[in-house]
Amino acid sequence: MLKIKNLHAQVDDKDILKGIDLEIKAGEIHAIMGPNGSGKSTLASVITGKEEYEMTEGEILFENEELDEVSPEERAHKGIFMSFQYPIEIPGITTTNFIKTAINETRKARGQNDMSAKDMLKMLREKCDLLDIDQKFLSRSINEGFSGGEKKRNEIFQMAMLEPKLAILDETDSGLDIDALKIVANGVNKLKSEDNAVMVITHYQRLLDHIVPDYVHVLFDGKIVKSGGKELAFELEKKGYDWIKEEIK
Amino acid sequence: MSKYTEDDLKKELETKKYEYGFYTDIESDTLPMGLSEEIIVAISKKKEEPDWMTEWRLDAFKKWQKMSEPNWANVNYEKPDLQKISYYSAPSNKPKYNSLDEVDPELLETFKKLGISVDEQKKLAGVAVDVVIDSVSVATSFKETLSEKGIIFCSMNEAIKTHPELVKKYIGSVVPKTDNYYAALNSAVFSDGSFCYIPKGVKCPMELSTYFRINEAGTGQFERTLVIADKGSYVSYLEGCSAPSRDENQLHAAVVELIAMDDAEIKYSTVQNWYPGDSEGKGGVFNFVTKRGVCGDNAKISWTQVETGSAVTWKYPSCILKGKNSVGEFYSIAVTNNFQQADTGTKMIHIGENTKSTIISKGISAGKSQNSYRGLVHVGPRAKNSRNFSQCDSLLIGNECGAHTFPYIETKNKSAKIEHEATTSKIGEDQIFYCNQRGIDTEKAIAIIVNGFSKEVLNKLPMEFAVEAQKLLEISLEGSVG
Repeated sequence: MLKIKNLHAQVDDKDILKGIDLEIKAGEIHAIMGPNGSGKSTLASVITGKEEYEMTEGEILFENEELDEVSPEERAHKGIFMSFQYPIEIPGITTTNFIKTAINETRKARGQNDMSAKDMLKMLREKCDLLDIDQKFLSRSINEGFSGGEKKRNEIFQMAMLEPKLAILDETDSGLDIDALKIVANGVNKLKSEDNAVMVITHYQRLLDHIVPDYVHVLFDGKIVKSGGKELAFELEKKGYDWIKEEIK
Repeated sequence: MSKYTEDDLKKELETKKYEYGFYTDIESDTLPMGLSEEIIVAISKKKEEPDWMTEWRLDAFKKWQKMSEPNWANVNYEKPDLQKISYYSAPSNKPKYNSLDEVDPELLETFKKLGISVDEQKKLAGVAVDVVIDSVSVATSFKETLSEKGIIFCSMNEAIKTHPELVKKYIGSVVPKTDNYYAALNSAVFSDGSFCYIPKGVKCPMELSTYFRINEAGTGQFERTLVIADKGSYVSYLEGCSAPSRDENQLHAAVVELIAMDDAEIKYSTVQNWYPGDSEGKGGVFNFVTKRGVCGDNAKISWTQVETGSAVTWKYPSCILKGKNSVGEFYSIAVTNNFQQADTGTKMIHIGENTKSTIISKGISAGKSQNSYRGLVHVGPRAKNSRNFSQCDSLLIGNECGAHTFPYIETKNKSAKIEHEATTSKIGEDQIFYCNQRGIDTEKAIAIIVNGFSKEVLNKLPMEFAVEAQKLLEISLEGSVG
């Protein structure tokens, strides 16, 4: 589904990613771990096409299509979704209205008609039930005055509504207490299928207790320095990132 | 990566052509340019006005000659040469029409482009439209339904002839001839406008609506509107406008007077979309308007405005809260783009006891435009326990525009409670990227952010107007392509 080859990227002329190779297939969960400043969030931003991030070398293929010239919204239309580390507030726009716009813009791009109000309502109800979300929440302005946990839950809710092929969870565990973490992880697990893939970006192992990865990659100074199964995460937790630093010397 | 950057967006905002920039070629009967006693007498004569009206105009003209153009507003523009304006123009094929088939097809075409064809309007449930093109009423509908209730809704011209006692009593009673330079000018040369009277205890069964439109090149538009709501009555009045693209500046100096007698309520909504000028700041309408209402005991006046057009706007719809327990409201969205300048706000004059006013102002600036809120809350010595709440929010798009707030508060009674809140925010790249990542392109993203920002005011508009207003916000800000 996603193939990254020798990816180099810059922000403000500073090299952040220095040659990343990664392949994610449908049905897989990949965890990207690494210390602060290793380039984890940059990787997510480059895949989703954030403006300030410039690809200088290599390629990103999504379903065998090069993404370099594709706008962020078109990437979204193709099925790439990111759960933001810091979800953005948009005052005056209800969560329902925002999601409705997102779904219909995506459908329009795919040559489909707007989703009928009836189908939309049905889907909203189903996904609310699935993720244990109170429907009252939908009438609030998107992310405005939401607690950290509510914001992250809202991200997962949007993911449920948009049904992406590839979901990138950028530090979804940051700022969550253990109960909120479980709810969010539970949601992700329920949405997981053989046809979609998840990329979990995290600093800590604790989220991976709940979203169990098939592969773990350790990012350090803009490169993947170690890959392995889920046990790699435990090892990291035990030995810390210094262990990796020692090992690659 | 080739992306839609903020620079691209800015460029696009600047290059959007005025969507309604077409020109209807209708033969016009236009007076020579310039201003003199002779011209004023000629205007009055063309309209077959009674002598008292001619005298009233001449008196205003004399007073106006002694006045000078105000320059305290936060706007810069080249003062229009008032001797180069024609003060009267009316479609020459003037006869009243019995049906739409008889109306000039080009005119109907204009309406179609605006999406407000009389045809459509007639079908729109409950909306009576008195269409004013270049000063003379072309079609008035729903008149019969209204007259059954004793409601008078006609052109000012007609009212002067058919209801002189009402016009004589109330014209200039809220906005005196000498109120300001442009009000005086309007009093001398006003071309036409709308007149509305709601009898005691009558609730007007439909929204009354007038679409104004400047059409003839170099023609000034001087509308005069008078709305009188007698005791215990209610009326909702809609005013919307759109002007075709012209190169020379056009002056629009209207006067609107509202009289809400005891226990009456007037809701006055405006969507203003005059030609704003091109991306270099050339052309566009000068919109210098005086709008004011006076409230009796327990009466209420509510102004709602969506201002997206004009090169220069100078407008302060105000309420004189004379009666006890009277209520004044002002809800405003002002959008400026390119080189547009808006200096707009309200005056709430609390005179009676327990009077209450609310001001919600939303200013949106893009391009190199300047957007100012200017408001006065005045509490007189007898206005015991009066209250005001003001909220002024500004939203900036890009780095070259400006937002300004000039609130003035004067209180002469210690029991008054006055609250003022103000915020300024900028559409962030993060907000846009967040929308992009959800599949919403940048244009649409700005539209939803602006809609969210303006929601409190949009919600105050009558339904059919709210839809049009939302459309206008999109057109003026990101020019909805296709």
